Amino acid sequence: MDKSEIKVCVLRIEGTNNEEELYYAFKRLGASPELVHLKKLKDIFDYNCLMIPGGFSTGDYVRAGAIFASRIRAKIGNNLHKFIDDGWPVGGICNGFQVLVELGVLPGFTRREYPDACLFLNDSARFECRPTLLKHESKGKCVFTRNIPKGEIMLVPSAHGEGKLLFPKDKESEYYNKLFENDQVVFRYVDKDGEYAGYPWNPNGSAYNIAGICNEAGNVFGMMPHPERAFFDKNKSGMSGMNVFKSVLDYIEEK
Amino acid sequence: MIYLKVEIKVGLKEGIPDPEGVNIKKSLKLLGFENVENVEVKKSYVMEISGKDEKKIREDIDMMCKKLLINPVIHDYKVDMIK
Repeated sequence: MDKSEIKVCVLRIEGTNNEEELYYAFKRLGASPELVHLKKLKDIFDYNCLMIPGGFSTGDYVRAGAIFASRIRAKIGNNLHKFIDDGWPVGGICNGFQVLVELGVLPGFTRREYPDACLFLNDSARFECRPTLLKHESKGKCVFTRNIPKGEIMLVPSAHGEGKLLFPKDKESEYYNKLFENDQVVFRYVDKDGEYAGYPWNPNGSAYNIAGICNEAGNVFGMMPHPERAFFDKNKSGMSGMNVFKSVLDYIEEK
Repeated sequence: MIYLKVEIKVGLKEGIPDPEGVNIKKSLKLLGFENVENVEVKKSYVMEISGKDEKKIREDIDMMCKKLLINPVIHDYKVDMIK
């Protein structure tokens, strides 16, 4: 598939933001993104990639991402699982990550109707907004970061109030083991020396400093920081938020 | 067909830290309320709902909670009938 033929659905509803940055991220790389309101989405299979942007969908009522997730479930339903099973990439950034977790597709160990994880209130109990340093941990499974070498450290802004990844208490260690064994941990917060460090380097208090994860197949990806806001901010080896979008387009092109 | 008014209280499961509650407690202490030992934040939904009987309504509420109102990873809920 030619890059210009790749149709990316940037899904929005009331309260999403950064969808324009996402749109331009794909546009600048030569793909054909579309801003689509959930109400106007006809068929998910019209697209090659689904992106859920950040923001405060429906005012974060009930829980961050909960209403957006339930509306996606009502509108797309099983087709979303088919879309994922067919290997098409699905990405969520910030609020989008919360939506994917609420949908139960991340971490996606089993197909569940209910969430298997939670992005809970930051330890500081407030909105944390600042640049964060992320270390890329994926060995190549995640289709959104395949162009980024393992160990690369990038500066990506974070802006969220609820980003602390939690698993069910009784399955906590089992789930973390699985995440690391399956190469599902994609980004972790680090300090300026590249070491895993606590607050403020880790803005939310996630265990193991986890900032982004993917599913077992690697085609569903969610992260709290905003790579679309760091599209041009290259690090020493030339990596920036752009590489996230470039990776997924390369993957679709090869598919 | 019966109509009921119910209150659904959603709180955190035991063992889940509550940063919001901790912050409120801190603020209350700053205001001079040294006697506050613990603060738990809960969300309450008051709902008017109809159904065949109370059992059916109860089942509906359980489904609502599972599908939207709670995240089973962190939340517990309690249903009270108001009338």
